[in-house]
Amino acid sequence: MSAIAIRIENLSKHYRLGQIGGGTLREDLHRWWAGVRGQPDPASTVDDALVGGPSDGELWALSDVSLDVRQGEVLGIVGRNGAGKSTLLKVLSRITAPTSGVVKIRGRVGSLLEVGTGFHPELTGRENIYLNGAILGMRRAEIDRRMDEIVDFAGVQRFLETPVKRYSSGMYVRLAFAVAAHLEPEILIVDEVLAVGDAQFQKKCIGKMSEVGKGGRTVLFVSHNMPAVIKLCTRCLVMRDGRITLDGTAEQAVERYLGDVDESATVPLHSRRDRTGNGAIRFTSFGLQNAAAVPVARARTGAPVVLALRYESSGQSACRNVHVAIAVRGHFDEHLFHLSTGSEKHDFDEVGASGTFCCELPFVALQPGRYPIDIFCAVNGVTADWVRHAGMLEVDAGDFFGSGRMPPVEQGPFLVHHRWRCEAPEVDDGVAQA
Amino acid sequence: MSVAIADKGTREPERADDGGWTCVIEPEGRRFDLRLGELWHYRDLVYLFVRRDFVAQYKQTILGPAWHLIQPLLTTIMFTVVFGRIAGLPTDGAPAFLFYMAGTVLWGYFSGVLTSVSGTFTANAAIFGKVYFPRLAVPVAVLLSKLLAFGVQFAFLLCFLAYFRLRGAHVAPNAWVLLTPVLLVLMAALGLGLGVIVSALTTRYRDLAVVVTFGVQLLMFATPVIYPMSALPEPYRTWMALNPIAPVMEAFRYAWLGAGEASLAQLGLGAVVTGVIVLGGVLLFNRVERTFMDTV
Repeated sequence: MSAIAIRIENLSKHYRLGQIGGGTLREDLHRWWAGVRGQPDPASTVDDALVGGPSDGELWALSDVSLDVRQGEVLGIVGRNGAGKSTLLKVLSRITAPTSGVVKIRGRVGSLLEVGTGFHPELTGRENIYLNGAILGMRRAEIDRRMDEIVDFAGVQRFLETPVKRYSSGMYVRLAFAVAAHLEPEILIVDEVLAVGDAQFQKKCIGKMSEVGKGGRTVLFVSHNMPAVIKLCTRCLVMRDGRITLDGTAEQAVERYLGDVDESATVPLHSRRDRTGNGAIRFTSFGLQNAAAVPVARARTGAPVVLALRYESSGQSACRNVHVAIAVRGHFDEHLFHLSTGSEKHDFDEVGASGTFCCELPFVALQPGRYPIDIFCAVNGVTADWVRHAGMLEVDAGDFFGSGRMPPVEQGPFLVHHRWRCEAPEVDDGVAQA
Repeated sequence: MSVAIADKGTREPERADDGGWTCVIEPEGRRFDLRLGELWHYRDLVYLFVRRDFVAQYKQTILGPAWHLIQPLLTTIMFTVVFGRIAGLPTDGAPAFLFYMAGTVLWGYFSGVLTSVSGTFTANAAIFGKVYFPRLAVPVAVLLSKLLAFGVQFAFLLCFLAYFRLRGAHVAPNAWVLLTPVLLVLMAALGLGLGVIVSALTTRYRDLAVVVTFGVQLLMFATPVIYPMSALPEPYRTWMALNPIAPVMEAFRYAWLGAGEASLAQLGLGAVVTGVIVLGGVLLFNRVERTFMDTV
């Protein structure tokens, strides 16, 4: 049995939602004065006032979490958005303090950060290596020792004395990652959410993680990427509403997580709270329609289907420059394909204050099954609404090939039109003419 | 969070269970514990922050660090013309140029520290939200980089001082110059203390970010920077005693120019006020540091 690297005892973290919103002194004084006079909190929402009860406007992002992590374990943490995964990592990396409970850590903790955190554009590559390394907790002598390795890894030898603002984005990413990769902490924390939108960085993170894990160091890995979790983690937690609901193997955890996801898809979309975005546009419902625009519960393999996303905008007026995307996921929550206004023609120049975004598939090229979907919307390049596992694309069996037959499901989810023929060996020209 | 980070080489041997923890995270830290040991461990980071502030500020400028001299010089000339010539404010017998320059240079240090430190949390929210290092490293680095700039400007002031003296002007540096380091410490402590309080409060009340920018300007007029203490009529003078920067400013000018009035009693009072402000700042900073990511 190896020693314990992290011991978490009865850890809780409490947020008061109302107080996060209030940002000015006036509001706080108002609130304080109301409290003195024994009146209800003027900042609380109408919902709170109607329902009452102490739990409203409060959130236990972590409640009573206890856990031992042994040295050398690669521990995955999965769960829906808002389950407390990132909060747990934030407490462990000392970015925010817990409300109660104790965490004891043996060894240096390091995080793989979003590319270029702490980089200063005006400083040269070399200066930024020192700065970034120091922010991550390295001493100067330590960086000196690794300088050559870092520069080699990043492949920026020729540009070491150039300000990083002149770097190409690829060089920038490589340099940032090189510093992080040479940090070598005893405990490595990776929050995939921090690296969203940078596929190259994610891939490198995962490569680095498996390397670190094999080296006998401890890794904590938060991810929505189930295949990666199964591949890398020796142990996995499922979190839900700030608690650990399962502590087991990666396979067990992924199964439970996907069960949770199924369940969350039954909550009506408009009352879902696990969403991101500024709310300029919000999705209110998701449904399927057939070619005649009649709502249907399921799609059929080979038949046309329309994915209909009802929305409302926060303002009264129309929204301009609207980007909408649907991501379709597979059995292990892996991404299968992406339907976006960006790849088909262009984004919507202008949409009304409410309406329905319709995405038509001329024929469904999927095996029968249940496919979770994520929906995303951005207005003027700013994320307006993003709901993961917003709904299910359920597909019934249909006659895709017109032959009445289907390939076996285990050969993959996609159906592709194709044609077979057999060609005789090429006849030699000379012989044919003779 | 009481923390001791062991150096990699000297880590204790691993034991099966309790004991040997390198870091214990708890909800409440000790209130007055600044964890200076930890800050010392991150001294390279402080050095790099200082370097970054100093180097990056003037990259891609033609005059570069010369701006450190041009700024106080132009301000001094402007003050000399407007307040000295046009308004005719008294300068306690010192050459107007030196009088305003001494005021500008010292005030520049204080206001620079105050405004930069007060942006600590809001300006660094992105990085504070992703990685832990002692938050105090940021204000301390500001203090040092401004001190560096002050050093350059102070040397500049001494050049003018020597020039005026050679020309036979009435300037009389005296034994009080030995107190200069103390004056600087008082000034720095006050700027840091006030800045830290403001930075801690701005995490919740953004109003203060607005207040600071013009508040510093107003404060300059409430401090004997462009006029000597002796020019104040009586009711205001008593009030001025409460301004902890006023005696520092007067003592600084008295020490190097021989103009004005230096009073140990007033300095002592200022030091007490400064001490209270720094203490309050530390308390607030320690509290906010731990949870500000939840409110930003």
